[in-house]
Amino acid sequence: MADYKLIGKPYSIADLVAKVTGRAKYAEDFRADGMLFAKLLSSPMPHGRVRSIDTSAAEAMPGVEAILTADDLPPVDAPGEAGLTNEPMYEGEPILAVAAVDETTAANAIEAIRVDMEPLPFAVDPLDSLRPGGSNARLDGNTMVNRELANVKWDDVDWAAIDRGEMQTNGEVAEEWEVGDVEAGLAEADLVIDETVFHQSMGHQPLESRTSMAYWQNGKCYLHTSTQSTQRTHGAAARGIGIAPEDLVLVAEYCGGGFGSKIFGSIQMKIPALLSQKAGKPVMMRITRQEEHFIGRARPGLQGRVKIGFRRDGRITAMDMFFVQDGGPYGMSGDYVVVPDQSTLMYQPLSHRFRGISVYTNTPPRSPQRAPGGLQAVSMFSPLMQKAAKELGIDPLEMIRINAPAGQAKLGRPDENGEQGNVSSAFVVEAADLAEQTFDWQAMRARSGQRNGTRVTGVGVALSSFNAGAWGMDGLLTIRPDGKVYIQQGIGNLGTGSVFDTGRAAMEALKTDWDQAEVIWGDTSKHLPWSIVQAGSNTIHTHTRTNYAAGEDARRKLQEIAAGDLGGSPDDYDVADGRVFRRGARSSGLSFAQAARRAIELGGRFDGHELPEDINAVTTGAATALAGLGLMGVARDNYPTGGRVISHAIGFAEVEVDVETGAVVLKDYRVSTDVGTVINPRGLAAQLHGGGIQGFSAALAQKWVYDRRWGLQVSKRFYTNRPPTILDVPHEQPMAWAAQDKPDPFNPMGAKGVGETAEGAGSGAVLCAIADALGDGYFNRTPLQLDLILTKIEQLPPAFSTLTAHV
Amino acid sequence: MAVIRDMMPAFQLFQPTTTDEALGLLDEYRERAWVLAGGLDSFDWLKDRVKRPAAVVDLGGIEALRAIRPAAGGLEIGAMTTLREVGRHADVRDRYGLLADAADLVASPQIRNQGTLGGNLTQDTRCWYYRDGWNCYRAGGTICYADTPTAMNREHCIIGASRCVAVNPSDTAPALVALDAEMEIQGGGGTRVVAAEDYFVGPDVDIMRMTVLEPGDLLTAVRLPETWAGARFYFEKSRDRQVWDFALASVASAVKIVNGTVEDVRIAVNGVAPTPLRLRASEDAVRGRQLTEEVAARAGEAAVQGVRPLHHNGFKVALLRNLVTRAVRGDEA
Repeated sequence: MADYKLIGKPYSIADLVAKVTGRAKYAEDFRADGMLFAKLLSSPMPHGRVRSIDTSAAEAMPGVEAILTADDLPPVDAPGEAGLTNEPMYEGEPILAVAAVDETTAANAIEAIRVDMEPLPFAVDPLDSLRPGGSNARLDGNTMVNRELANVKWDDVDWAAIDRGEMQTNGEVAEEWEVGDVEAGLAEADLVIDETVFHQSMGHQPLESRTSMAYWQNGKCYLHTSTQSTQRTHGAAARGIGIAPEDLVLVAEYCGGGFGSKIFGSIQMKIPALLSQKAGKPVMMRITRQEEHFIGRARPGLQGRVKIGFRRDGRITAMDMFFVQDGGPYGMSGDYVVVPDQSTLMYQPLSHRFRGISVYTNTPPRSPQRAPGGLQAVSMFSPLMQKAAKELGIDPLEMIRINAPAGQAKLGRPDENGEQGNVSSAFVVEAADLAEQTFDWQAMRARSGQRNGTRVTGVGVALSSFNAGAWGMDGLLTIRPDGKVYIQQGIGNLGTGSVFDTGRAAMEALKTDWDQAEVIWGDTSKHLPWSIVQAGSNTIHTHTRTNYAAGEDARRKLQEIAAGDLGGSPDDYDVADGRVFRRGARSSGLSFAQAARRAIELGGRFDGHELPEDINAVTTGAATALAGLGLMGVARDNYPTGGRVISHAIGFAEVEVDVETGAVVLKDYRVSTDVGTVINPRGLAAQLHGGGIQGFSAALAQKWVYDRRWGLQVSKRFYTNRPPTILDVPHEQPMAWAAQDKPDPFNPMGAKGVGETAEGAGSGAVLCAIADALGDGYFNRTPLQLDLILTKIEQLPPAFSTLTAHV
Repeated sequence: MAVIRDMMPAFQLFQPTTTDEALGLLDEYRERAWVLAGGLDSFDWLKDRVKRPAAVVDLGGIEALRAIRPAAGGLEIGAMTTLREVGRHADVRDRYGLLADAADLVASPQIRNQGTLGGNLTQDTRCWYYRDGWNCYRAGGTICYADTPTAMNREHCIIGASRCVAVNPSDTAPALVALDAEMEIQGGGGTRVVAAEDYFVGPDVDIMRMTVLEPGDLLTAVRLPETWAGARFYFEKSRDRQVWDFALASVASAVKIVNGTVEDVRIAVNGVAPTPLRLRASEDAVRGRQLTEEVAARAGEAAVQGVRPLHHNGFKVALLRNLVTRAVRGDEA
C-alpha cells in the first residue's frame, strides 16, 4: 500500500458532532415567516378515476389557504408519475394537497373534502396481470416492450403449474439475451439445479421521511429537502417544479437515509414548491410514516425460474434465468435486467441466458434500492450455489473461488458483436483467502449441524458483487487567503460520510492536514461542481478521482506560482503541510495563504478567471462564481478507465434455528471484501455492517402484505413491515470485517465503493446458514420467517406457493 | 369524506394527579372518554383518527398508580408502573420471574420505558384490518375481513374465534393468568377485583372490547398472590424478530413440584385466541405426574385439541403445541 498521509486513516467526519448533538438541521427543522403546512389527500383504492372533487367545505374552513390538484402540475408522459393525480394507481397515492396555517387544520380540511371516485380494475401480483383475461394495473398496458407501453398476456402457459408454484418459461418476455450456448452448457453439466425462485418487494423506509419546505423570493424557489444527491437533484427538482435550474436554490445538508429512494428530485419537492407558489407563502410538507410507506419508493419483487448447470468440479457451465418483475405502477424499474449482470459476473458461467419482463402493478412506485437487482440476485442464487456445493461435496467457499471473477473479468449482456463488457478489477479469490485465514472459516464450518438443545447451528457463505464507481465528473476547490482549502462537493451528504471522505483525496494530492480543509456541500447557492448522483455506490471511486484531479491541478498551480516568484522550474517545488516549497529547502517557499494571494494577483487560470474547456457547464458556472477568491484547482476527471467498477464482499453467517419453533437467531456475521484501497476504515466498517444489517432484514423479516381481494395493503406499520433494528444484529461479539486493501488499478488511489455490495453479502450468508442448519432447508423465497421454517420442519401443507407475492 | 391518517386531531386533554380525579373525569365523559397510559396503543388510534374520543384522560401524572409494594404476602403493582420497572424490580424478579421475563420481552427497550403494565394488559388487538379502520364486526360492522378467502391472517387466532378472529397481543397477560393474579378495578363508585383470567373478554361475550372494563372504569393495580411466588416458571414468546414484534404465540407456565411430582400447575398462552387462554386440559395432563418427555408431549397435544386454524396460520398449531411442550419440559427459553 502506498504511503498516504490521509487515505486509509480513521478520522472524525465534519458533521459528526452536529448529528450527535442534534444541531444538524434536516429539512423539517427549517422555518420561514408565515409558513403554512401541507397535508396530502391520498387514494383509498388501488386504482381509480377521480370523477369529481368538492373542496368547498374545506375552503370555507378558517386557516385553509390553498389547494393543489393534479390539474396544477406540469403534465408528465406515461408511464411517468406526476405527483398528484386524477387516476391514482396505488393505495396511498396523493390526489391533492392542502396548505393551511397548521397541520391539524390541513388534516381537518382533507377530511372535509369530498372525492367521488370510480374504481378501476387493478392488479397487485404481476402474474395475475399476465393471466389471460387478467386485469392490468394501468389502462394503457401492463408492461413496456421496446420502450413502448404494451399489453402482454400469457395465453399458452400452464397456469395450473404456476398456481402450484412452478414458474413456466414459455410466456412472452420483453428482454432476452444469451451469451454462449446455454442448452449445450446444461447438457454437458453433471448437475443441474432447476428451481422456481421468489424475492419480495420491500419499501426503502429511511428513518427521515421525505419532508420538504419551499418558499419563493424574487421569482426564485428556495427548497429545503431531503435528498441523497445535491447537484444532480437540483436539475431534476427544477424540472419537476417546471422552472429553470437558476431559479431554484436547493438546500439539503443532511439526509436521514435514502437507500436509493432519494437519489433525485421527486414528487415530495414539487408539491410544496407549487403549493407555496399558489398560496404565496412558504409551505412545509412533512411526510408521515404512513405516507412514507406508500410514496417512499420500494424495491421490485421478482418471480422466476433458474437453471444452473455444474461440472463435477464445481465449475458453472450454464445459467438460464427467467424473471417476472413486480414493476409498480410507474416508470421502468431495472432490477430484473441487473440480476443477470451480477450473475454473469459473480459466477462467471460459461454460458448464460436471460429472459424477463417487468409488469406494472398497483403497488407503491419502485426505484433503485441499495444494490437494485444485486441483492435479489445474491439472495436467490447463493442458496442454490450452496445446494450444488453440498451435492458435489465441495466446500461452499471453495465453490465461490472456483467460479470467481478475476482481474478484468467479463460481465453482462453482450453487445451487438457478442462481446461482453469487463470490470476494472476483481480480487475475489484473494478476499476468500483472507477470510479463510482471518475468520477461520474451517472452524466456523465445523460448527455446522451442532446441536444445542432444540437449536441447530448453521453456517453460510455468500459472494456479493455490485457497482462501485463511475468517472468523468469534475473537481473544484479554492485555496484562499485564509490558508484553507475549500473543497466544493456536488455530491450529497447521504449519511455515509463519503462527502467528506472523497474530499480527502484533494488534501492527499496536496499532502496537507485535514484540519486545513473546509468541505462545502448541501446548498446549490454555494457553487457546486458537476457531480455523479450520490447513489449506486459511485461516490468513493468517482469523487476521489475528481477531487484528486482538482488537488493535482492546485498543486501544479502552486508549483508554478512558487517557481515564478522564487525562481527555478515548477518541478523544483513540492507541496505539503499547507506550503509549496523548494525540494530540499523547505524554508524557501510560500504558505497556502501567501500563494492564494499571489494567485488572485496573477488572475487568469490561477484564480479561476480562465477555466479548462473540458469541464461541464455546471462546473464552469460554479467556478466562475468563485473566481478571484483564491487559487483554484479545477479539473475534469480524465484519469484512465478500465471497465465497470465493481466491488465484492463475501459474507459469513452463523445462525441457530430452533427446530421446535422455527425461530432463527443470527449469532455471528463476518465479511471479507475487495473494495480497493480503504479510504476511511470507519466509514467502510459502517457500510459493511449497515449493508449487512439491511441484508439480514431482507432475508429474515422485511416485507409488505396485501389483501388481493381489495388490492389494499395491511402492513403499514413498522412492526408489521419490519425494517431492521439494531437488536436484530448479532451482539455476542462485534461483527468482524476484513479488507485486503488491494488498489483498483483505475483510480488514482485505488478506491472502489462498497455500500451496495455489502447488503447481498448479509442476506445471502444468512439464507445459506439457515439452509445449512436445516440440512436441506431451501425455500427459494424471502423473507424467511418462522412460519415458513416451521411449516417445512413439521411437514405441514404450505399456506401459499413459492410464487405467491405480497404475503 | 376523505380519510387521512397519522395526524392527531384536537381533543380535550385532562391530566389528573389523583385516581379520584381521573375517575371523576371518566364518569363525566363515559363513552366519549379515552384512558391514556403509556400511549403506545392510544397514539396509533388517535393519530389515525379511527377512534375519536372527546376527552383524553392522561394517567401519567398519578403517582399513586406507579408503585410496587408488598401486599398480603404477595405484591401489588400499580397499573401505571412501566414495563421496564416491572422487569427490573427485585421482588418481581425474585419471586415472580415469570412476569419479569414477560415484561422484558415486550416490544423494544424504548417502548418498555414508556409502556405500562396496565396498558400492556388493556391494549386493543393488533388485527391490521381493524386497526386500519376497516368497518369490521369489532368496529361495529357486519364482516370479519381477516376471515375471508383472500384474508391475510397469519397473525390471527386458531382457537375461540367468534365472528372476529383477532388475537390478544399482550405479553404480560398470559404471565399474570399463570400467576393467578388479580386485577383491581375502580369505577362506578367502588372497587372490585377480578381474576386475571376473567379480566379479558372474547368476541363471544362482547365483540367490541377486549376487557371487562366498562366506561368509567379504571384498572388501577395488579395483585400477585403469594400462592405462586417462587414456583418453577417458564415464559417464551415466538416472534418474527428479536425486538418490537407482537407474539405469534406465547406461553407462560408456573409449576409446583413436590418430591418430583407436579403438585399444581398453571399454563396460559396468548397470541392464539381472542383472549389469553388458560390451558386446563394441558394442566390436567401434567398435574400429579412427574415431568417426563411423554407428559410434556401430552400437554402439548392437549393444547391443540379442537383448534381451527385459518388459511395462513396453520403453523401456529405446531407452534402452540411445541411451546406448551417446552414449557412443561422446562427448557431454557
